[in-house]
Amino acid sequence: MGYCSILEWIFFRPWDSIKESGYCPYSDYNLPYMIGLRLSEIILGFIGWLINIFVPSWSPENSFLLSPALLNGTAVVLEVVIIFAVGFIINLTMIWEERKILGRTMDRRATMIGPLGYFQCLGDGLKTFCKENIAPRAIDKKVYWWALSLVIGSSVLIACMVPLSDRWYIVNYDAGLMVIFGLFALAPFLILSAGWAQNNKYSLIGGMRAAELMISYEVPMLIMLATTCLMAETYTIGGIVKAQFDTVWYIVPQCLGFFVFLVAAIAESERVPFDLSEAEAELVEGWQTEYAGMKWGLIMLGDYFRGYTACAFIVILYLGGWMLPGLGCTPVPELVFIGKVCLVFAIFAIARGAYPRVRTDQILNIGWKVLMPLALVNLAFVIVLKTVGWF
Amino acid sequence: MADEEFFEAPTFDEINLKIQAKFGSKVTFKSSTKKNVKAINEKRRVFMSTDRETLYSLCVYLHDVLNFEQCTSVCAVDYVEYIQIVYFITNYYTGVMAEITVDITTSDLHVPSISSIWEGANWHERETYELFGVIFDGHPKLERLLTPKDYEFYPFRKSYKLRGAE
Amino acid sequence: MNENYDTDQMWITMGPQHPFSHGLWTLRVKADGEIITDAEPEIGYLHRGWEKECENRTYAKIIPMADRLCYSASMTWSHVYCKVVEEALDIEVPERARYLRVIADEICRIQSHLMWLAAVGTDLGNLTVFLWALREREFFLDLNVRLCGQRLTTNYPRIGGVRNDMPYYFERDCMRCVERFEKAIWEIIKLTDESSTFVGRLKGIGYLKAKDVANWGITGPAMRGCGVDYDVRRDDPYDAYEDLEFEVPVLNKDNPMGGDAYSRYMVRIEEMFQSCEMIRQSFNKLKTIPKESPTRIKVPRCIPAGTHCAKIEDPRGESIMYLVSDGTEKPYRLKVRSPVFVNVSASRHMVKGVRIADIPAIMAMIDMCLGETDR
Repeated sequence: MGYCSILEWIFFRPWDSIKESGYCPYSDYNLPYMIGLRLSEIILGFIGWLINIFVPSWSPENSFLLSPALLNGTAVVLEVVIIFAVGFIINLTMIWEERKILGRTMDRRATMIGPLGYFQCLGDGLKTFCKENIAPRAIDKKVYWWALSLVIGSSVLIACMVPLSDRWYIVNYDAGLMVIFGLFALAPFLILSAGWAQNNKYSLIGGMRAAELMISYEVPMLIMLATTCLMAETYTIGGIVKAQFDTVWYIVPQCLGFFVFLVAAIAESERVPFDLSEAEAELVEGWQTEYAGMKWGLIMLGDYFRGYTACAFIVILYLGGWMLPGLGCTPVPELVFIGKVCLVFAIFAIARGAYPRVRTDQILNIGWKVLMPLALVNLAFVIVLKTVGWF
Repeated sequence: MADEEFFEAPTFDEINLKIQAKFGSKVTFKSSTKKNVKAINEKRRVFMSTDRETLYSLCVYLHDVLNFEQCTSVCAVDYVEYIQIVYFITNYYTGVMAEITVDITTSDLHVPSISSIWEGANWHERETYELFGVIFDGHPKLERLLTPKDYEFYPFRKSYKLRGAE
Repeated sequence: MNENYDTDQMWITMGPQHPFSHGLWTLRVKADGEIITDAEPEIGYLHRGWEKECENRTYAKIIPMADRLCYSASMTWSHVYCKVVEEALDIEVPERARYLRVIADEICRIQSHLMWLAAVGTDLGNLTVFLWALREREFFLDLNVRLCGQRLTTNYPRIGGVRNDMPYYFERDCMRCVERFEKAIWEIIKLTDESSTFVGRLKGIGYLKAKDVANWGITGPAMRGCGVDYDVRRDDPYDAYEDLEFEVPVLNKDNPMGGDAYSRYMVRIEEMFQSCEMIRQSFNKLKTIPKESPTRIKVPRCIPAGTHCAKIEDPRGESIMYLVSDGTEKPYRLKVRSPVFVNVSASRHMVKGVRIADIPAIMAMIDMCLGETDR
């Protein structure tokens, strides 16, 4: 017993021994988990080494600091933080990308702070976070705060549940798609209650609009989802991506479906031209009217998280996910995926620059009378393809 | 007035003749001495003055028979001894604008409302009411429009002095 | 339960600070779900007593005040004021000034309509139209700077003429700008007219019959879009307009339904092209007038007593000034008839039966300007 070298405290365990320890939640290699594990090995080992300097009896063998249970627990916490941080950075990139595209579209200067104007979002975030936290007196306090937290929370949750590659995921459900879309569909209920709780007519109308819009676009979207699952014969995200690698990107057989899903995804993430739940021209700020300052900033962030999820699903369902045709998984499939997401988001941004807002009745007409039949036609086409045996 | 002949685009002379035949001495025509003003020389302005008893029937006649479709403006001028209400009424087919003046004494500021004939006169009359205190009988909603609801004076009268004036 | 207790419908107060009301005014609407059943406009937040203020100023001092009646139609407002005083003096302005006023007015009309187009863009949720229209407008504001040294409150017309002759190369600059504009506007039209979403927002809403339009006192492009064929510039010509050849765009002349918001939009777009044509013709006519000829004549300080009235075609409608002079150097009474004031009063009829989302689209076609509405 006595003083131990730092190398005895900090050492990297091989993947197999981690798997056998019984505490690891993953059976496959998981990159964010491994990063978290390595970080926790370094941090906990360093702490243990510091203690060992003063308490010689504290040795690597008997210290609970290096026990697999604690290491894995810390690793999972760090993994969550890493996944959120990466999602957040992707989001900032998308906001930056949108601003740049809109700036070019509208013939004006876009963001300017930092390298290529990248830090503008951080500045804006800081600004909203510094604002006074104002809540009106006549609100329904409980619903007001809970609905807000849940809207933002659910948006962030689904964004974090999107896998970036077959090694970058948080849970690999068999029915991963269903779970994510189940959470995606929670929003109308929360938005409606948020609109009601604010005790404001604009937010009430905005909440109702959001509910009717989201519900009517949920249906074609889920039909499209079912179509793709039928084509890939699986509900797992990885399976769908792999099926596309084995055959062809589903945008080729399902170009109609891609279009329908794109429109529905823009509507679901409440962006121009379908942003009539906030419709600033007539409803001031829609269902967010009474959420001022930091709350509004978080809602905007949540909106972009939803936009990111929608783009990610277009990539997963139609554009081959993180795989590239011919190359398969490149060394950095995550970057391939993010690149594709940004490309899809460029379509969102250009649509925002090109179209005015659609009216309530028109939007429902598009949803039920155009997208619905198209989705069904697409489904029928896929069934034919399946029956013939081409896929 | 169903039996009257309808003029879609009455000329200056037709307007003069018809109104004189109908109202006689109750409506006085004025002529302008201006030589260089194009609209007057080309007879696109009619100047009339009448009393408030005749005003409503004159307006109905202008609207129904002579096809003056639009009440362009209503305003008041405070001449201290009396207040003059000026109506501008336009026929879109000829571009003739009739200017009707009605003098009312300051002791009895009542005049019939013409907003039942021309809806466009509604706000002009409200404005004149709040700024001059002229009461338009039969107006659907004679409330203050531009000034605060609790004003108790009529700011455009000559008796209301601005600070720094004179 | 009291049956009269109406819980299906609610009053929504849109304004005075609301994104759709370009300025301070309130539109209280009664909504049954999304459908408007009743509306009540309220104005007066900007009432400055403009007419009363004028009674304490000499005639020359009112010209810059008239500019401030509307920020984007300042040229026409000072023009109508100068015109009513000229009428009182019974004078004609010099030939050169007549054309310069037309050019200035039409520049003002184009930039005002572009400002309106920008506002339509924001009201319908397309910021690209907003920025592109403002970009085009900037060229016309630069022309204003060249001509009068000011972008918005131009202070250019004078009683008896205009302040100055046009500067060197103004014609060249102006024609360049107009020719550029005639091409660039098509770029914006691609985003508006050729976009089914945009047209879909405007078509079929806010129908006004020609009869009602005249009766409610609506003037200007809104009136011409609904089938009333009247333009002060053509039917009651002032200054040099009678020497120019131009068309007055009128839509839905024989349509018993009247015009919708889209036809009012079309009229304004068409008017911009006509204005370009008028500017071009005016410059051609100006070439025949010797450069040395005066652009203004001297007028006395005091105006002879009498009542006078002048009307011109503002970008928003007919603007009329009624002047009562008493022989002194200050007006006895100056009445302003603002086109927007009357158009707003009719807004309650326009929005009945439409959806809440249509209110910005319909109100955008009025082209609100609160400075002249409240005076």
